[in-house]
Amino acid sequence: MIDFTSEQLERYSRHILLQDVGVEGQAKLLGAKVLIVGAGGLGAPAALYLAAAGIGTIGIVDSDTVEISNLQRQVVHFTKDIDMPKVESAKEKMLAINPGIEVKTYQECLNADNIRAIIRDYDFVVDGTDNFPTKFLVNDACVMDNIPFSHGGILRFDGQTMTVVPGKSACYRCFFRKPPPPDAVPTCSQAGVLGAIAGMLGTIQAAEALKYVTEVGELLTDTLLSFNAKTMNFRKVTLQKQKNCPICGENPTVTELIDEEQALTCNLRQY
Amino acid sequence: MTKIKTADAVKNCRGVGCPMNMVYTKVELAKLQSGQVLELILDDGPPINNVPGSVIKEGHKILEQRQLADGAWLVLVEKG
Ligand SMILES: [Zn+2]
Repeated sequence: MIDFTSEQLERYSRHILLQDVGVEGQAKLLGAKVLIVGAGGLGAPAALYLAAAGIGTIGIVDSDTVEISNLQRQVVHFTKDIDMPKVESAKEKMLAINPGIEVKTYQECLNADNIRAIIRDYDFVVDGTDNFPTKFLVNDACVMDNIPFSHGGILRFDGQTMTVVPGKSACYRCFFRKPPPPDAVPTCSQAGVLGAIAGMLGTIQAAEALKYVTEVGELLTDTLLSFNAKTMNFRKVTLQKQKNCPICGENPTVTELIDEEQALTCNLRQY
Repeated sequence: MTKIKTADAVKNCRGVGCPMNMVYTKVELAKLQSGQVLELILDDGPPINNVPGSVIKEGHKILEQRQLADGAWLVLVEKG
């Protein structure tokens, strides 16, 4: 077991006091490696909470730089960070909260060629991307490499999330077979989004990562959780792993990673 | 009162308030095997009123609890 310093015991005392987490759980968090894909609306709260929680190694992927229009919801970035790479801006805040962790930055656009080499080093992936092709790419790569992940999406006043443990629970493609055609998808900039719901959803994703690492509670596996912030209705829909899923089913047709049309433009905006 | 069992570890939480005294208690208990005994010194007041109850809730046993000359409490905890 890790020998905690007295500073660490103070810092993580509210985790250690939880019966389900305890010293053992905190030791697991410090030993864990979590990758956050996208330093946007969802990735921002996830990055802050996972850093605060003492996830020992956090990777963060994003090719963009901070723009003023991000600041309405991407709370890890400040006004002074405009034009800075998002991954560097996020890293600075994460280490300011918790200098005891390691943050690895990937200032690149995830694609079929690089994703597996990046995710391979991690125990869990938080998908905070805003576009369907990358969501499918993350799903497919995580299923192929057997890495659990949290899917998340927000639009306008709505959010949805599910957790996938490959081989055990339904994957994203079990239900959403392929990305919708690019012209059918309203992009975030067209649709708008209430800033705080990014925090709501990204924080749920961070909680799922912490639960996975500490093996506490029940994950949102085989479950699609969705909410609408106008009514504050939360809904859970039970899902089942599909035998005919193109990637995790019995006869997979997706056997190698491909870049879907939309993913090829690296100029994607995070929620 | 005589000790039922001798302690396998000792943690002096004199001057340590709630809830850090419980954090230190949990750290010490985590190092022990089930059935081993931790001797805990807790301050009078909230510490002695809170910690033993929390320890019991987490599945451990209080073997003995007595006040010392300086007002602090000695608590023997058997790991569950
Ligand atoms: Zn599937």
